Amino acid sequence: MNKEEIGKTVSNFISKNFLFNQEKQVDDTVSLLGTGIIDSMGTLELISFLESNYNIRFDDEELVAENFDSIEKIKEFLSTKLNHSAA
Amino acid sequence: MCGIAGIINLTENHPPPSVDLLKNIIGTLSHRGPDEFGYYRDLNAGFAHARLSIIDLTTGQQPLCNEDETLWITFNGEIYNYIELRSELEIFGHRFKTKSDTEVIIHAYENWGDECFKKFNGQWAVAIWDSRHKKLVLSRDHVGILPLYIKEENNRVWFASEVKAIFADPSVTREINAIALDQIFTYWAPIAPETIFSGIEELKPGTIRIYEYGKNKIDKKFWQPTFPKKDNVSRRSYSNINEATQQLEEKLLNATKLRIMRADVPVGSYLSGGLDSSLVAWMGRKVKQGEFRTFSIRFEDAEFDETKFQHMLAATLESKHEEIVVTKKDIADYFPEIIKHTERPILRTAPVPLFILSKLVNDYGFKAVITGEGADEFLAGYDLFREDKVRRFLANQPTSKIRPLLFERLYPYLALSPSYAKGISVEFWKRGFDNLNKFDFSHVPRWTTTASLKKFFSEELQGQLQTLPKPDILDALPEEFADWDTLARAQFLEIITLFSGYIISSQGDRMLMSHSVEGRFPFLDIDVIEFCNNLPSDYKLIGLNEKYILKRVAKGKIPDGIIERKKQPYRAPDAVSFLTNSSNQYVEEMFSENLLKSFGLFDVKTTRGLFNKVSEKIKDGNYTSVSNSDNMGFIGILSAQLLVHSYIKENPSIRNNNFKFSTIIDRVQGI
Repeated sequence: MNKEEIGKTVSNFISKNFLFNQEKQVDDTVSLLGTGIIDSMGTLELISFLESNYNIRFDDEELVAENFDSIEKIKEFLSTKLNHSAA
Repeated sequence: MCGIAGIINLTENHPPPSVDLLKNIIGTLSHRGPDEFGYYRDLNAGFAHARLSIIDLTTGQQPLCNEDETLWITFNGEIYNYIELRSELEIFGHRFKTKSDTEVIIHAYENWGDECFKKFNGQWAVAIWDSRHKKLVLSRDHVGILPLYIKEENNRVWFASEVKAIFADPSVTREINAIALDQIFTYWAPIAPETIFSGIEELKPGTIRIYEYGKNKIDKKFWQPTFPKKDNVSRRSYSNINEATQQLEEKLLNATKLRIMRADVPVGSYLSGGLDSSLVAWMGRKVKQGEFRTFSIRFEDAEFDETKFQHMLAATLESKHEEIVVTKKDIADYFPEIIKHTERPILRTAPVPLFILSKLVNDYGFKAVITGEGADEFLAGYDLFREDKVRRFLANQPTSKIRPLLFERLYPYLALSPSYAKGISVEFWKRGFDNLNKFDFSHVPRWTTTASLKKFFSEELQGQLQTLPKPDILDALPEEFADWDTLARAQFLEIITLFSGYIISSQGDRMLMSHSVEGRFPFLDIDVIEFCNNLPSDYKLIGLNEKYILKRVAKGKIPDGIIERKKQPYRAPDAVSFLTNSSNQYVEEMFSENLLKSFGLFDVKTTRGLFNKVSEKIKDGNYTSVSNSDNMGFIGILSAQLLVHSYIKENPSIRNNNFKFSTIIDRVQGI
């Protein structure tokens, strides 16, 4: 799975579900929780979306801020995970 | 308590306010004072009063004057130390013709001038007209328990307990103040002097405003919360926590006694089931002879319900207990009326049950209740204070995996949450970690979460906000703020924002007075407040144990089950209330593209997106997954839309002309 495609999908989900505006985009490096774009319940929405959209499951130890707190981090983590499970 | 209003001309160019106008403005406040109405009028001034008779039922009518009829007063509130002040004033030669606290204010002002307000222990919003010097003095109690609004234009001044009275003058324009909306969508409340209406000010708590012919207006602050500098023990009359506990108990008991006994009608008590109201009710029971009445709200949702603890305490007190169950449908049904009373947008539905509770009290014929407000602010009961401590602890070692586990002690639901909450949510608590000394460190998570709701503001509103000068909350901080410890700083911010602009107003005075019920607050007795503010911080919050000293006071008085239970934040069902009952068509209407566009405050696309998301979740029976942010956004937008609908598009000042003035002093007509 292409990193940029993942980034686009995640970014669109955030725009639609948290900003309620597809024309607005969150900068890739911005902290999603730190800036209030999503709250803790929002994290659940985001994780559930990623799990169902990519048909994957995250382990508890993977669910840390280092993997999910910005679009950039999600992109990196997810592309590694998806390519790993594909291989 | 009462409703007050008036109009003062500061030049000779204006005609005196007409009797019809005075009747119209005070008629809007008849819920605050349904018992009697009065007015005073001369060529320059008109004062009106709507009375809820509680002290001196037979001769306490207003407006009232001094001996030579040069000073006139219209007053809402209670001065609990009026008997002591009266004795003091009699020594100075003042003669009294009534037994009321109102008359004590007028003589105290005559005797001590502006300094008199420092001597009062009570809750008040008052206007004094010095007809000789053509001078108007407005004053509001220490922490702003009672409201007072002011408008000035073309050398004319309007004042009133509620804005709707000022709007009853058709010459007054009604517009939304973008700055206050911005504040509400950050701090949860407008910060006085801002109000949600352009050109209408709220007098700041603990402040006197003076207008005088030919002079500039003056504001004098007579009180604000202060805390000792770190390690300063000079103002303490105890050497250990045992002595401090005993002194706090004496002060609280005295404060409760004043509030139960200084009334010529019976005073009841609210009972929430928490520590604060339980202790206050226990003290009320102790000082009151005969029957003691308590009143509670129950919720149909187990999540919010505290019935078990209410019953436990009512049994301990042997009180005659009344209760009412609040449903989601009630919340939706009453909400539009609530907003007419709060006169500002709100982010939670929690005021609604308090509106229903004051109705219950009124239905049983009670005019006054004691309640527990203030303990959480002045004795550090809120989670926010504990959260501040844990965040600071985490900040010492931000990469620690162990330290964040303390958040689970604060918020036990986290321990039950899926692991996402633990692993990822920690970033939420790390907000503000770049500057631990910044004045608002304690409030950064709450304020940034709330401020993210501004994404719903329309482009027009956002553009307007960019051109307006924004009042900085830093301006409200006293010079010594930086010398206080971290708990004191967090307490101060809490008091000047949420407490003043929401807790004591939208959940306090406005809901009580909606059904002519006066709230009396032992924890807001000025002696109690000063005592609490001077306590060492670790008497209030030791480790993560909140209101520690208060629990010591309560020990042996109220059941341990109430003292030791986890503090439950007072909440009511939010967005779900509005979307489960098909009868509430107004909700659809307020969120409709048409009204969103026409009112212009919120972006249509973004707001519709929120509405659809929340609606779908609730339709699917999945309402517990509606996030905190989405809930606040939903309630904030709905209440703001309702406010525009009922205050800007329509004039809310429903004319209640169905009364006669029983006190008339009319210098224009020579009556």
